[in-house]
Amino acid sequence: MAENFPLGLILLFPAIGVVFNLFFGRRAGRGTVNAVGAGVIGAAFVVGVIAFARLLAMAPGGALWCTLWPWIEAGSFKVDVALRFDALTAVMVLVVAGVATLIHIYSAGYMAEDEDYARFFTYMNLFVLSMLTLVLADNLLLMFVGWEGVGLCSYLLIAFWYTNPQFAYNGRKAFIVNRIGDAGFMLGILTLVWTLAQHGVWTLNFVEIHQHVNLIGSALATTIGILLFVGATGKSAQIPLYVWLPDAMVGPTPVSALIHAATMVTAGVYMIARLHFLYALGPDAMEVVAVIGAVTCFFAATIAITQPDIKRVLAYSTISQLGYMFLAVGVGAFSAGIFHLMTHAFFKGLLFLCAGSVIHGMGGEQDMNKMGGLAKKMPITCITMWAATLAITAIPPFAGFFSKDLILAGAYTSGHLVLYLIGLITAGLTGLYMFRLMFMTFHGASRVDDKVAHHVHESPPVMTIPLIALAILSVIGGWVGLPEGMAWGNAFARFLAPAVGSFKPAIEASEPALSGLSLAVTVVGIAIAYVFYLSSPGLATVLAWRARGLYQLLLEKYYIDEIYDTLVSRPLFFVAQYVLFRGIDHYTIDGLVDGTGITVEAGGEAVRRIETGNVQHYALVYLLGAVAIAAFYLYRVLR
Amino acid sequence: MGGYWLSALVFMPLLGAAFVTLQSDERAAWRSAFIFSLIPLAISFYVLAAFDARDAGYQFVEHYNWIPHFGVSYHIGVDGISLFLLLLTTILISLSLLYSGGGDIEFRAREFCFFMLVLETGLLGALVSIDLFLFYVFWEVMLVPMYFLIGIWGHGRKIYAAFKFILYTMLGSLLMLVAILYLVFKARSTLGHLSFDLPDLMTVPLTMTEARWLFAGFALAFAIKVPMWPVHTWLPDAHTEAPTAGSVILAGVMLKMGTYGFLRFAIPLFPDVAAEAAPIFMALAVVGIIFGALVALVQPDLKRLVAYSSVSHLGFVVLGMFALNPQGMEGAVYQMLNHGVSTGALFLLVGMVYLRRHTREIAEFGGLWHSIPVYAGIFMVVMLSSAGLPGLNGFVGEFLILLGAYLHTWLAAVFAVSGLILGALYLFYAYERVMFGPITRDVNRSLPDLSRREVAVMAPLLALMFLMGFFPRPLLNRIEPSVAALLQRTHSHVARIDSHPPTPAVVAAATRTANLR
Repeated sequence: MAENFPLGLILLFPAIGVVFNLFFGRRAGRGTVNAVGAGVIGAAFVVGVIAFARLLAMAPGGALWCTLWPWIEAGSFKVDVALRFDALTAVMVLVVAGVATLIHIYSAGYMAEDEDYARFFTYMNLFVLSMLTLVLADNLLLMFVGWEGVGLCSYLLIAFWYTNPQFAYNGRKAFIVNRIGDAGFMLGILTLVWTLAQHGVWTLNFVEIHQHVNLIGSALATTIGILLFVGATGKSAQIPLYVWLPDAMVGPTPVSALIHAATMVTAGVYMIARLHFLYALGPDAMEVVAVIGAVTCFFAATIAITQPDIKRVLAYSTISQLGYMFLAVGVGAFSAGIFHLMTHAFFKGLLFLCAGSVIHGMGGEQDMNKMGGLAKKMPITCITMWAATLAITAIPPFAGFFSKDLILAGAYTSGHLVLYLIGLITAGLTGLYMFRLMFMTFHGASRVDDKVAHHVHESPPVMTIPLIALAILSVIGGWVGLPEGMAWGNAFARFLAPAVGSFKPAIEASEPALSGLSLAVTVVGIAIAYVFYLSSPGLATVLAWRARGLYQLLLEKYYIDEIYDTLVSRPLFFVAQYVLFRGIDHYTIDGLVDGTGITVEAGGEAVRRIETGNVQHYALVYLLGAVAIAAFYLYRVLR
Repeated sequence: MGGYWLSALVFMPLLGAAFVTLQSDERAAWRSAFIFSLIPLAISFYVLAAFDARDAGYQFVEHYNWIPHFGVSYHIGVDGISLFLLLLTTILISLSLLYSGGGDIEFRAREFCFFMLVLETGLLGALVSIDLFLFYVFWEVMLVPMYFLIGIWGHGRKIYAAFKFILYTMLGSLLMLVAILYLVFKARSTLGHLSFDLPDLMTVPLTMTEARWLFAGFALAFAIKVPMWPVHTWLPDAHTEAPTAGSVILAGVMLKMGTYGFLRFAIPLFPDVAAEAAPIFMALAVVGIIFGALVALVQPDLKRLVAYSSVSHLGFVVLGMFALNPQGMEGAVYQMLNHGVSTGALFLLVGMVYLRRHTREIAEFGGLWHSIPVYAGIFMVVMLSSAGLPGLNGFVGEFLILLGAYLHTWLAAVFAVSGLILGALYLFYAYERVMFGPITRDVNRSLPDLSRREVAVMAPLLALMFLMGFFPRPLLNRIEPSVAALLQRTHSHVARIDSHPPTPAVVAAATRTANLR
């Protein structure tokens, strides 16, 4: 059922890229760095394809594995650096390495003017290495290595242009918010080890956890599931930890496409699908996942409608789409969630790359109020971005249609009517904000500054070829999961079923009536966008003025950042500075220490009178005093 | 395994110290001190190579009478708990000497090298001592050179700092001495003779009340050394005012004497009290983790920030130790090594930037990545190691400690996990202000990047961060037997969970898994 395969090669190639670009990148020159940077990822993709072919040749439910070396061992606890490649991993490896290869090629063009290309490709290769570790890991702890590793690369790449203090701040914000989530994730791991250890089982290996999952009670499964999901809300930008993602857009655009749209942010969805057997034991945890997903999905879409910055619209759109994926896995439609993860990687990666192409062509401009009518000057970008837009708004037969359809069908048939309605309304909002973006950028009258206007140009082939490749995937990528009864039906779900389970098979099928309904809602959203942003552009401004309270609330993103700042950051610094440092450390403890010195001098004279000459007596008094001081502090702590 | 390897290890630096004083000029002093420090380094590697990983007891034992009248013997040996601390000491001393010769110490080089090498003898001696009298001698011996290192080559309020350091430590030491003496006299009534030898003293029957008081005496001495909250306030002053090499050794090795003292003496001598007091120590450790991290967050001085981070990191060590299970205790020993490597490296980096700018105020920097990228890059790796990024050394220790703590008292782990967040917060916040942003001071524009010597000092530490992160097993395997032997003496509920045999259902499932492979 499982056979050995040198899966380490998939990690080795990106690792070579990291080492080469780090130590020899500057000396090797731009051409070599570009070639090596993209080449090693391509090589990893090729190995992934070979592994995929091996897997297809095996019976369903098979897997490839590879133990690299024993890692941590203490007492009965033991965990290896070991990799496992099953159907779920196959999808992730192919999507990650495939999309990453295209984005690396694109980056060669996008970063052509940047002096720091070697550092850029070092970070990018390191990211792919971490991401592939995350999806290939055969145990939760090694997965956590990749999990934090991608967070680190995200930090480094958001703050890539570090001389801007705002960018540096945004990078740190992303890392810290992710660490908050990771603390929950860590507690989830610890609770899992503890739970199984009660029964004499010491493992974090996915297969072994699956084997012993019946030892975990429902309450503990729920607890573990929710704790791990806290990590997912950080990494995958869900409420309440989504706040870092919009700010992450200050990084170079290929970074936004690769890390903050196509791959890293989907890690949480992958994690839940990977541990589907655990979540199945804790229905309450799944309910939490589904509700958070649906609410985030709607909430982020409302913000996306008002944002003027092209990348920020896409950022909120990503949060919203990730919400769909969590809704899917939360209602038990695991393969639909992974399906949407895949199609989203194609079309959202493409949307960001197109936005990057626009920004590149506009000389760095990101404000859509200063765009318009770019279709003629950037035809390839425009057409490919339309393909992506039709995919994300779920117009058949584009890729997003099939995956989003399965999610909504899953929510409906599993009995989550409210969550279904939220998802349905959001489909309309998606149509609205995406078409608004397209109309404001490519169509209507040009609002481009005269100074910029004559510079505007289509991007070079090194950038447009990846766009075309992803555009093709955005069109046909969904065809692997057709509705049952059509041609080969949902081949994707059948392939994935052994890896993500099929404990609620009924909800993994689409309903023609539901498809029609969501399509209708989407068209309404598109129509609104058409009226407000293309046929009569003045209307939007009027409406914004009429409903200025709501408009301002959305434009300012519900003031969530400000609320967090007031409730968390400021109090934390205040307590650290004035209570802990000055109050306790400086005045109380050091005051006592210095005070003791003075008291001893003054008291010496007095104490001389009670000298008894008995050493044991002294020792006892000394001891008592010291212990009394210790006890005093202890009392203060425990009180 | 006979021979005089450990004696040679301990006293070779002393010989070096004598040799250094004979040197005529400073260059020769630096060179001879560094070369002499390589001898114990080589011996410690030999000890590692010849160490039997399966043996839980002392190895390379030497045992002679010293003052038989008082039951004092020269009894030394090394086990899995002290083995890697010896290596850490020899490595950090050599690197500190190499670094200090590059301009950090500008006057009285001979005396500096002399004190460094005497310090090394004190540290190594304390780590191999099995006789408590011998241990106490070395314990006190190491204070003297450190006092002079801070008082002579320190900065700012160096006299205050040195004095505070010695007073704090002496207070604890004296209490420990009282406890040792009580124990020795008690031993006479059961053994029939005085004995300072640890294996003898471990057999002395004590009432619970006696054991509690004696444990308190040892524990306070060690807690001050660690330093545990709230007896930590000597540390920020001592660290901040000490010369770079002093801070490296202070943080890297000397603080470990506190945690090592718990593992070697306080817990094995009074296992019942240790198990009983574990919740108190875990609580104080957690307070230390959070307190140290939050106070580090608001320090305007880079070195003081690193100093407070030690309070936080050593809190993790104490937490793991008092979990009294294999995971926690092995994690604690591992984290002692990690802290030595990472914080040692951090102090070196702070020293390097101080050498260039003669300030450690974070506000004086900004945008350093642009002017000294190699420095900034190395700082990044060291910072990540210190923050416990998975894949690097710090994670292995922190994870095992958290796991051990969770298995003992889950609530302790829940609080301690916040250390992961806060640890990243103060480090990344400081890093951002120093390395990122625009260059705000013109002097920072033309700073020289790291010299070859400085890279040579950092490279072994960086290599250790990766090696210990990727391949912790060779170390853990050598640590484990000694920790297991120690744990047998304690009676912990959680230790029993670990030895719990698998239930029949589990065995059946495991067989299925094996078949699946």
